[in-house]
Amino acid sequence: MSTQRGRIQISGFDTEQVTEREPLSDWTAGGTGGGTEGRWHRAWRQFKSNRTAMIGLSVVAIMVVLTTFARPVEIAGITVQPISLAPFEPQKSLFLEPGSNAGAYDPPSLTHPMGTDASGRDMFSRVMVGGRASISIGFVVVFITAGFGLVYGAVAGYYGGWVDEVMMRIVDTVFAFPALVLALVIIAILGGGYWQLVAAFAFPGWAGYARLIRGEILSVKQNQYVTAAQALGARDRSVIFRHIVPNAIAPLIVQASLSIGTVVIGVAALGFLGLGFPPGTPEWGTMLDATRETLIQGPGGSIPWWATVFPGGAIFIFVMAMNMIGDGVNDALDAQSNVDVEQGGGN
Amino acid sequence: MGLRRFIVKRVLLTIPILFGVSIVTFGMVHLTPGDPIDVLVSFNPDVGPAEEAALRERYGYDLPVWEQYLRWIGNVLQGDLGPVITRSGVSVNDVIMSRLPETIVLGLFGWVFALVIAIPTGIYAAVNKDDLGDHVSRFVALSGISIPNFWLGLMLILFGALVFNIWPVLPPRKGLLSLDTLWFLVMPGITIGTASASTLMRIMRSSMAEELNKEYVTAARAKGLPERTVILKHVLRNSLISVTTVAAFLTANIVAGSVVVEVVFSWPGLGREFVQAITSREVNLILAITLFTGVALVLANLLADIVYAMLDPRIRYD
Repeated sequence: MSTQRGRIQISGFDTEQVTEREPLSDWTAGGTGGGTEGRWHRAWRQFKSNRTAMIGLSVVAIMVVLTTFARPVEIAGITVQPISLAPFEPQKSLFLEPGSNAGAYDPPSLTHPMGTDASGRDMFSRVMVGGRASISIGFVVVFITAGFGLVYGAVAGYYGGWVDEVMMRIVDTVFAFPALVLALVIIAILGGGYWQLVAAFAFPGWAGYARLIRGEILSVKQNQYVTAAQALGARDRSVIFRHIVPNAIAPLIVQASLSIGTVVIGVAALGFLGLGFPPGTPEWGTMLDATRETLIQGPGGSIPWWATVFPGGAIFIFVMAMNMIGDGVNDALDAQSNVDVEQGGGN
Repeated sequence: MGLRRFIVKRVLLTIPILFGVSIVTFGMVHLTPGDPIDVLVSFNPDVGPAEEAALRERYGYDLPVWEQYLRWIGNVLQGDLGPVITRSGVSVNDVIMSRLPETIVLGLFGWVFALVIAIPTGIYAAVNKDDLGDHVSRFVALSGISIPNFWLGLMLILFGALVFNIWPVLPPRKGLLSLDTLWFLVMPGITIGTASASTLMRIMRSSMAEELNKEYVTAARAKGLPERTVILKHVLRNSLISVTTVAAFLTANIVAGSVVVEVVFSWPGLGREFVQAITSREVNLILAITLFTGVALVLANLLADIVYAMLDPRIRYD
C-alpha cells in the first residue's frame, strides 16, 4: 500500500453518470465540506479563548491601522487613503520651518512625544510611518512564499520518485544558506527598494514551506480516501488540491503566521545595514542606522536615547505581537492532537 | 543499516548539495550588473578601452559563463579564491584568514551563551510546567525570539556602554584573546546568542515535557529512583537528542546574526567584511563569503545528522 504510486485505472465506469445512489445512504450533496468547516470553526473558537493571542492580534491590528492612516497613501498618483494622523511631515526638518523652535535631538516633549532626530524631524511621525515597508513586505512575502512553497511541496510529495528527488535537492541547496545572507546577495544584485526587498526575502523563503508541505503530503497520501479519489478517476490536480492539501495545510498556516515577524525583522535589518532604502527614509531599520553613528561617535552632551529606543521598540512590539498570534494559531490548530493525547490517557 | 553505511550515504548525499551551493552562489553573483573590471575602471578614469579589454581577458571575464564557472570552481578547489580587485595586492584568502578567527570567536561566544542559558531554563520550565517560573521564562523566550538583534545590540551600547559605562563603545584593539577583548565580546555575544537561546529553550522545554510523559519515567520513579536522577540522568539525555537536530539550524542563526551584530559593534569579522563587499560590489569577496557560509552550514548539517544517528540508532533505519 505504502509504496504504491500512480493511479488505479478503472474502465467502464463513468463518474459523471452516477446519479443513482443507494436509497438508504444518508449521503447528501450539501454536506461535503462539513468536516473541514467544523475543524476551522473549532480552531477559531480555541484561538478566541486564548488571551495572549488576542492581545497580539489587537496590537497588530492597532499598529497596522496607525501606519496605514499616519499619512495619505497614493497608488499610481491616486490618493486611496486621504487621512493623515501623524502630527508632522515625517521627512521635514522642523528647524528649517519659520517660527519653529524645534532643534536636532530634542528630547521627548508634549509637541514631540518621541523627541526629534539628528535632522530635527519629528520621531513620533516617523515611527508611525516607519512600519509601512516592513509590515507590508512581511505580509506580501509570506503570502507569495507560502503559496509557491505549497504548490512546490505538494507536487514533489505527490509524484515522488525522481521528481521528488530533484525538487528536494533544490530545496536543500536553498536551505544551505541563511536567509539573511541570500537576501543580502540579492540586494547586491538588484539594489535597494520595496519590490527588491520583497524579492530578496521571497527567494530564500519558500523552501521551508515546500519541505513542510511535502512531509505532510507524504503522510496524508497514505490515507484511503486518496486511493478512493484516484480510483474514482479524479485528476492529479484535483486529488492534490481538493483532497490532500486541505488535510495537510494546518502546519503551513502555523509556519506562515510565525514567519511574518521574521521577515519584518529581516527587512529592518537590511534597512539598518543601509542596504534597504535611501538614507533618511522613514523606515524603522533605516532610522536605527542613522542613530548608530551618533552612538558610536559619542553623542557629546546628553545621550539621545529616544532616537534608538522608539524605532527599535516599535519593531520589537510588532514582532512580539505577531509571534503571540503565531503561537496561538499553533495551539488552536494543534487542538485536535491535544484532544487525542488526553483521551489516550497520556497525561 | 550500520552506522558506517549511514555516514557514507549521508556524506555522498552532501556532494550534490555542495555542487548546487557553488552553482547558486556563482549564478547569483554573476547576475550582478557590471563585473569587477567595471568597478576598477570607475576608480581610474584614465584607463582606456584597450586596457580595459586586456584586463578583462587577463581575469577571464570575457569567457562564456560556464567556462568562468569552471575556472572559478577549479581555483576554489585548489584553495585560491582570487584577488580583491579594489585593493591591490590583497587576495580574498588573506581577507578570510584574517577575519575568520574574529567571527569564529564571536560565534562561539554566542553559542556558549545560548547553551548556558537555554538548557537549565528549559529543564526548569519543563519540570515546573505551568508554574509562575515557567510562564515567566516562556515570556522571556518569546521576547528573545521577537527582539531584533541589531536593536538589542544598540540598546546594549546605549545602556551598557554609554549610560552605565560597563563596556567600551568600540572593540579594544589588543589581540583577539586578551582579557579586554574577551570582556568586550560579552556584549555582541549576548546579542548574537539571544535568539538562539530562546529558540533552544522552547525546544528543550517541549521535548523534555514530552519525555516526562513517557512510560520509562514512570518505571524509573516506580523503582524508587530520586527525582533528581530521573530527570538529570534519564529524561535529560533523551531530550538532548532533539537539541542536536536543531543545532545546525541554530548555527545558521548565528552565522546570519554575525553579519548584523558585527556591524553594530564595529567587530572586524567576516560579516562586516561581507556588508562592505556588497556596498563596494567586490565580487570575489561576495562570492567567497557566500560560498563559505553555504559550505559551512552544509557541513554543520552533516555533522548534526551523524551525531543524531550515533545517539539514536532508530534514525539509521529510515
